[in-house]
Amino acid sequence: MAERLDSHAPEDFRDRQARNRWLSAWIILLFLILFLLVGLAVDYLYLDAFTPSGPAFPWATVLALGFASALSLTSYYHGSELILRSLGAEPLDIQIPEHRELHNVVTEMALASGCPMPKVYVIFDPAPNAFATGRDEFHASVCVTTGLLTLLDREETQGVMAHELGHVRNDDILLMTLVSILLGGIALLSDWSQRSFNTSRSRRESGGKSAALVIPAVLLILFAPLISRLLAMAVSRQREYLADATAVEYTRNPVGLAKALQKIRGAAMPFSRASRGTAHLFFVNPLRRRVDDREGRLADLLSTHPPIARRIMLLYQMAGLQGMSKGQRDKEIKAQ
Amino acid sequence: MRWVVLGILVLAILWVIWTYNLLVSLRHRIQNAWKQIDVQLKRRHDLIPNLVEAVKGYMRYEQETLEKVMEARSKAVSSRSVKESAQAEDLLTQSLGRIFALMENYPDLKANENVLRLQEELTTTENQIAFARQYYNDLVMRFNMRQEVFPSSLIAKFFNFQPSEFFAVPEAEKATPRVDLSLRA
Repeated sequence: MAERLDSHAPEDFRDRQARNRWLSAWIILLFLILFLLVGLAVDYLYLDAFTPSGPAFPWATVLALGFASALSLTSYYHGSELILRSLGAEPLDIQIPEHRELHNVVTEMALASGCPMPKVYVIFDPAPNAFATGRDEFHASVCVTTGLLTLLDREETQGVMAHELGHVRNDDILLMTLVSILLGGIALLSDWSQRSFNTSRSRRESGGKSAALVIPAVLLILFAPLISRLLAMAVSRQREYLADATAVEYTRNPVGLAKALQKIRGAAMPFSRASRGTAHLFFVNPLRRRVDDREGRLADLLSTHPPIARRIMLLYQMAGLQGMSKGQRDKEIKAQ
Repeated sequence: MRWVVLGILVLAILWVIWTYNLLVSLRHRIQNAWKQIDVQLKRRHDLIPNLVEAVKGYMRYEQETLEKVMEARSKAVSSRSVKESAQAEDLLTQSLGRIFALMENYPDLKANENVLRLQEELTTTENQIAFARQYYNDLVMRFNMRQEVFPSSLIAKFFNFQPSEFFAVPEAEKATPRVDLSLRA
């Protein structure tokens, strides 16, 4: 695992940004295509478009595509606001000492990362967690729960904020925000398709259609939610390791972040307000699924978060290896 | 043949422009990063007298340490060059650290809201100085490296770029991780 982290470390954050923007563009394109296909399927299956007896205009397709474009634009420009509002985040009150400290810690990490100061929010919830969202480093927000503030001390909060600013700096936030909103969109769409499927069943006459087209269309409707979830999962595990590494780059103190992870794991409290659409944004998985604690290729694919134990181990490894020369460290890693 | 030569010439000119711009932008960012450090240092200089004033009544037996801090502060305020101010500020960091350590012995201080607030402000200022300095040094390293590495070194020499000065970190500070100065356990 150490090799995996190390193989990413020499990479400039600019490369990571470029890759994330590229991936974001692809995800929007994929999302548009998915909606186009679903729209076509609905037109074909339920509205009898493309047959002489049906309507002259593929309404569902146009509607679906319009909806998808509107959603893409909204999630790009206002995605962070939507997410923050849906989770009940509130801006900081500088008068409260704890909030003041949080503000100071974020300022420190912004300086260390060279990012402009992000907006800071809190969620009044006892479950310790945090996330970052936004479009780019100039329109970024970080958010923590009050549970995190009371649980962690300054050094540990610093580690967590460094991790979140790592997400900001690597431009993970754009990708994760897009996935969050678009995921919600796909869930909406599949609900809608299902409903129209149920209502049209009574007047079903599949005479003019070939079975070869019906099956993929139904499959698409069935699998749309699954595809979107796979997407969200593909996004996250590697990114969390990377953000941990970036955090250490900023604080030069792996132990702070490791201790934070340990405390949060000990607290073991699911965050009720997070949904499947937003889970991948968070510092630790708010939904506490068992697959998160597993390792291996399948778990990597299916889980949004790496096992906390592994993250802690890697951080302590970094702490132990710090101060050695590069050659020594390489030897150490090979020996493992 | 003529077109090939022309093409190479155009590429070379583009490369010169790109490298020159990169060096200039790095120089600007270094200046900006230095200003960030400066802002924080000034804030520290403003906060220290307040803290000393606030704790003076409690820490009767540490007058000497408090005086030392004020002395280090005035020295830091009056220093001019990067090297000079780096040295003076390091001295100030050390004496401040001593005060914070000594404050642990006075439980009354932990109950004083004003002192706690000042301490949080100074802690964050300390950390911000450290992080701003870390960022500044990273930029300086990149800038100086660009000037020494082969093809871009030609441009740097031709346009007479000077290597920037590191904000020196004393050896002792390099070895230890950053300390949490707050009173809370």
